Amino acid sequence: MAEVLVYVDHVDGAVRKPTLELLTLARRIGEPVALALGPGAENTAAALAEHGAVKVLTHDASEYADYLVVPKVDALQAAVESVSPAAVLVPSSAEGKEIAARLALRIGSGVITDATDLEAGDEGPVATQSVFAASFTTKTRVSKGTPVITVKPNSAAVEAAPAAGVVEALAVTFSAQATGTRVTGRTPRESTGRPELTEAAIVVSGGRGVNGAENFGLIEALADSLGAAVGASRAAVDAGWYPHTNQVGQTGKSVSPQLYIANGISGAIQHRAGMQTSKTIVAVNKDAEAPIFDLVDYGVVGDLFDVVPQLTEEINARKG
Amino acid sequence: MSLRIVVTVKYVPDATGDRHFADDLTVDRDDVDGLLSELDEYAVEQALQISENADDDVEITVLTVGPEDAKDALRKALSMGADKAIHVEDDDLHGTDVIGTSLVLAKAIEKAGYDLVISGMASTDGTAGVIPALLAERLGVPQVTLLSEVSVEDGAVKGRRDGDAASEQLEASLPAVVSVTDQSGEARYPSFKGIMAAKKKPVQSWDLSDLDIEAEEVGLEGSWTAVDSAAARPARTAGTIVKDEGEGGKQLAEFLASQKFV
Ligand SMILES: Cc1cc2nc3c(=O)[nH]c(=O)nc-3n(C[C@H](O)[C@H](O)[C@H](O)COP(=O)(O)OP(=O)(O)OC[C@H]3O[C@@H](n4cnc5c(N)ncnc54)[C@H](O)[C@@H]3O)c2cc1C
Ligand SMILES: Cc1cc2nc3c(=O)[nH]c(=O)nc-3n(C[C@H](O)[C@H](O)[C@H](O)COP(=O)(O)OP(=O)(O)OC[C@H]3O[C@@H](n4cnc5c(N)ncnc54)[C@H](O)[C@@H]3O)c2cc1C
Repeated sequence: MAEVLVYVDHVDGAVRKPTLELLTLARRIGEPVALALGPGAENTAAALAEHGAVKVLTHDASEYADYLVVPKVDALQAAVESVSPAAVLVPSSAEGKEIAARLALRIGSGVITDATDLEAGDEGPVATQSVFAASFTTKTRVSKGTPVITVKPNSAAVEAAPAAGVVEALAVTFSAQATGTRVTGRTPRESTGRPELTEAAIVVSGGRGVNGAENFGLIEALADSLGAAVGASRAAVDAGWYPHTNQVGQTGKSVSPQLYIANGISGAIQHRAGMQTSKTIVAVNKDAEAPIFDLVDYGVVGDLFDVVPQLTEEINARKG
Repeated sequence: MSLRIVVTVKYVPDATGDRHFADDLTVDRDDVDGLLSELDEYAVEQALQISENADDDVEITVLTVGPEDAKDALRKALSMGADKAIHVEDDDLHGTDVIGTSLVLAKAIEKAGYDLVISGMASTDGTAGVIPALLAERLGVPQVTLLSEVSVEDGAVKGRRDGDAASEQLEASLPAVVSVTDQSGEARYPSFKGIMAAKKKPVQSWDLSDLDIEAEEVGLEGSWTAVDSAAARPARTAGTIVKDEGEGGKQLAEFLASQKFV
């Protein structure tokens, strides 16, 4: 069977969920071979093998942390040359898309970004994309070269499928461009202990209606009662009430959880672009005419300062 | 010394309008209003600020690849304060994908001459967010992308990239390709004076032959990707909407429990 190269997103050896989803999708079109880079790369092998990786290519060098993007492209290109895969799958993060695009150009291939599903087709893998703020669904193929496809988080249910997961060291020679952009400083984000926004099964968001940073405590309390991630509209972020990393929408994160709860958010097209594919949508808004109500499975027209605390209390009570 | 900045700007269908596909599964541009992609306004703004903070002469050229109407996007950028514009237009460009678009943009940038390229973080129609990285790869210069803060000094560009895991400080020497996010600072509105001045600014038109690109390298035929189908997402079935009369939170909890979320 043809091999499919999967680029691994991991933190010090801990594999992130979108990569396990990629392995599940990769098995529909071939045998997954994984590429893990940087510190802890070898420690990813067990998790990757459990989800179907027949082989795990690894490489560590300081270049991956010290310079932007290009060293990772060099490594992925080396992996493509060693494996000759039928397709290359990369998680659709901002960096993942940049890596995928540069690789595609180098190997003379087309690139598809932000796929939400993937299946085998007569002329190679067929990707589903959700476009124009999720108002259209397209099916797209790469028609020249080795398909390079980036896939959004939450695009497939993770399935275990134990495979050999043989670890092999990859030889990488860095290109002249690799050291072009230096990372001169890095401030890591503090963990909130809540689930990762793009990977969470439930997202609870607040918008301008939350009316102040101090009131986001209400949104966080609701999120915690459900084990959810916290999101925010751009209006809330621009006002400085919540960090930009939590912004949901066109220029923030795009999320596709089982449940999305929008509080004090009107539902502008740019916000919808980031949450419209959520399975179940719920909104609390005091304006019955707010466009967000066009999207909801369940909506409450009311003041969030009354509804949200009551909801949180009720959920906590039901959990006993 | 002088600094030559090329800002890439895309003409896109209005996101608040009714965007859809034409019969050949490319974006329908005939039936919808277009405008300068809002995220490219941030790129123009940063070019103007770099110019205002520079001791050297700075020349800002805005560049678009698109149909006749794309001139509107150039006019808007010129009225914000850019100095001149280049419009690459050719019937054979219809249906070009990201790889092809990056080829055309890179050739035009090289022909125009540049020290710094500034792009938006993503277009508001294709939203791939990959053109800046592709331009850096093609031009063989550093990519300093997704910046929420950018400055140019002594032949180097510096910026801040806010990622998921960390916020990074980046630095590269010129020439380079930069892209900026909508966190980089509000874009200015064109003044009346700016709009009047824009009418007199030069707009050059180039076609594929001016850039030594063969028709087969671009367009639908030359595309590295193929769209097989495009379907409007089915309308969501109308949900239940209740008015809070004191029990709204409890009713919502009941709904969530019925859906097994609690
Ligand atoms: C290029 C571009 C990119 C953008 N990207 C994004 C993006 O990624 N994400 C994003 O969200 N936006 C984005 N926007 C902004 C977007 O257009 C809207 O301005 C924004 O989403 C509005 O946020 P909001 O819904 O919180 O605020 P508003 O539209 O002001 O809505 C606030 C809502 O809260 C309700 N409300 C007020 N008080 C209460 C209360 N006490 N109880 C209940 N309800 C209450 C009001 O009825 C109203 O419906 C972008 C815009 C542009 C131009
Ligand atoms: C819904 C949709 C989905 C698509 N999916 C794919 C896909 O998966 N693969 C693929 O190869 N192509 C795809 N395309 C085609 C692709 O979007 C176009 O080729 C486009 O011109 C370049 O990509 P982008 O608009 O996504 O740009 P992005 O990479 O999002 O744009 C980033 C920046 O590049 C600059 N830029 C982009 N285009 C131009 C231009 N024409 N003129 C001047 N500056 C520009 C702007 O500064 C912009 O802010 C898609 C198009 C649509 C409408």
